[in-house]
Order: sequence, then C-alpha cells, then structure tokens
Amino acid sequence: MKRRLFLLLPLVGAAWAQSEPRVIAISARKFEFTPGEVELKLGEPVLFEFTTEDVHMGFDAPELNLHADILPGRVARLPFTPGKTGSYEFVCDVFCGSGHEEMSGVIKVSG
Amino acid sequence: MQGIERRQFLKIAGLGGVVFASGLARGADGYTSAQDEFFFVQLSDTHWGFQGAPNPDAAGTLPKAIAAVNALDPQPDFIVFTGDLTHTTDDPAERRRRLAQFKGMVAQLKVPLRFMPGEHDASLDSGAAYQEFFGPTHYSFDHKGVHFIALDNVSDPAAKIGDEQLGWLKSDLGKQKADARIVVLTHRPLFPLYPQWDWATRDGDKAIELLMPYRNVTVFYGHIHQEHHFKTAHIEHHAARSLIFPLPAPASVPKRVPVAWDPAQPYRGLGFRRIEAEPNEYKLTEFPVVGKA
Repeated sequence: MKRRLFLLLPLVGAAWAQSEPRVIAISARKFEFTPGEVELKLGEPVLFEFTTEDVHMGFDAPELNLHADILPGRVARLPFTPGKTGSYEFVCDVFCGSGHEEMSGVIKVSG
Repeated sequence: MQGIERRQFLKIAGLGGVVFASGLARGADGYTSAQDEFFFVQLSDTHWGFQGAPNPDAAGTLPKAIAAVNALDPQPDFIVFTGDLTHTTDDPAERRRRLAQFKGMVAQLKVPLRFMPGEHDASLDSGAAYQEFFGPTHYSFDHKGVHFIALDNVSDPAAKIGDEQLGWLKSDLGKQKADARIVVLTHRPLFPLYPQWDWATRDGDKAIELLMPYRNVTVFYGHIHQEHHFKTAHIEHHAARSLIFPLPAPASVPKRVPVAWDPAQPYRGLGFRRIEAEPNEYKLTEFPVVGKA
C-alpha cells in the first residue's frame, strides 16, 4: 500500500464515523445467499445482518476474517470496515444439504 | 505449518520411484509382513448414490476398488473408510437406503472393516442414520502396537469436533505414552488447508494441540478427493484420493468443482491407498482404479 493511501485512510474513516454504519442485510436459504453479491467501499463501516429462512447456516469469508453462525429465528450482526480492495468469496460453512457445496457469494470492495 | 512436496515425502517415507511403481502393480513388490509390521488400506469418499457427469461409472467404481483390494496378496490386516461413504441426500429414507447398499457392497471385502462418517453421511441428521448402520462415529482401538483414533468432525454440520469429543480425546490420549505410535483417522483436514472450500475443521486446532505432546502422530483423512501431504510441526497429515471424482488442487481454480471425466483416461485421479506401518514410519502406496467404464 502506498504511503499516500495510508494518510488518506484515517481521514476517510473519520468521515464515515460521522454516520451510522450502513446495514447490509443478507438472507440465507437452501442453497443461496440473497444478495449473492455485495458491493462495499474501502473504509466504509457497515453492519451485516444475517438471517436464515430455513435451517442453521454459516457465513464465512476467510480472506476478510468474517464469520457468522446464522440460526433460525435470530439475526446475526457483524460489524465490518473494509481495509483492502478486491473481490472476496464467501461460503456457507454449515453443511445444509445437497446444494451446500455450491452455496456461495462475493464481496466486492472498491476504492 | 509446512507443506510436503510429494517427492520429498516419498523420500521421507523411504519410498523411491521404483518401489512406488511396483506398488502400482498391486503387491508385485513381494511385500511380506514381519512381526509388529503390518499394513492396512484406506478407502475414502466413495459417495455411493452419486450420479453425474464427473463419473459416468459411479455405480461401477466402488466394485472395481473392492475387487482390487480383494486381489491384494497378502491381504491387509484391516481396511478403513475415511468418510463420505454415501453421497448426501435431503431424504432420510434415501440416506438409509444408500447406507444399506454401501454396507452390503463392502461386505464383499475379506478383512475387518473400520468406518467413519463424512459430512455427506452425517451432517444433516447429526449422524443418526450412520450410527444405525455403522455404530459410534468416534472411537479408538489398538493394533500391533499402534493406537488408532477415529475422530468425528462431520456430525456437527458446522464442521466441529466439539468440546465433548475433545474431552474424550484428551482422556484417550492420557492413557498413551509420549512416544506411543498414534494414528488419527478422520474425514476433514484437522488443519485449515483451504477454508474457502470448506477444507478445514473449525476446532481442529484444539485436536492438534492435544496431539502435540505425542512424538509419533500421523493423520490420515479424506474429504478433499486428492492425495495431499502436509505437516503441522511434527505431525504428518495425508489425504487420500476419492473413489467417485477428483477435486482440483486447493486454490488452483476459482470454484471447487469436480475435475471433468476424461473418456481417454477413465478413473484418472481415483484410487485407494496401502499404508505399511513400520517401526519408525509409514510407507504409502497409491493404487489407481483400473478397468473399462
């Protein structure tokens, strides 16, 4: 990361800190996440809110160190501020049935 | 953690190319058992009930492997199946039908069998149907000076061993000396091989921590449908090939999808493993599935 970006990031973070984090609601059901693609801005604080429409699910984005268990009847909340740009896959990491292995999505972080 | 290059591993295990090649000839190396030396066979990820383009001979692959194992001379002391005996189904009745068919088929094998579940067998009902056919999902046994431990990291759909089983593991290990020869059999990798593809055990680090004080620990597992060798500190981890379809190397392609069936090379990447337990090492020999589709 360039030095200039280092200097900018705290300023950007300070600007985002003036407002409530944007809520990103993600619903899981056999065998898909809705939405399956999430677009975020570098340095923008967000709050993920996960729910499941049927069974126990998992949300796992290992490259972003994000993980949540999604239990029926509950909202799993996970605050996050992207610190790097790029596309990062997330998967369901709780075996939920015959389509589990294809249950995935992507978080795209732009600068 | 460190990976083991295949060539390096074969060297560690004392296997040269010649010996390995003779192993491919199904026992033609004239191997004979000595006292306290023995061998067993690992079969994995048979996925009985699978149907699809990645293996147009899905119903014929397991019978070919059974015939190949039965042709080994001498016969192994026993055979272990490291999970995913059946392909998952959302229908509990169909799950039991597949488990019953699988059990009937492997009854043709000539030596004692040891089983453990994979997530396809057990994750949708916490191992209930599996246990009806094959009994406990974790257990230990001793054979000719080696302590074998079967660990269940699939009955919990969140890929956890769980505190209760970890407590059992601690107690079981407590009866072993620090230099005991210990083999762990499990389905998923205990280390985070590639979590993006669900190739991990959430609390596998806790199991590895319990195993660390023991100097002679080797783990044999399945799940990733390919041969793979890895070390966490002094503990070796060896994944076996599947008997249904191969999967790509970790992170080698964007999506974890089966390697396409090649009519010119049917059964490529499928196979089973012979494991020779010698006083200070395990020699692995990989056997392909051969025959006409």
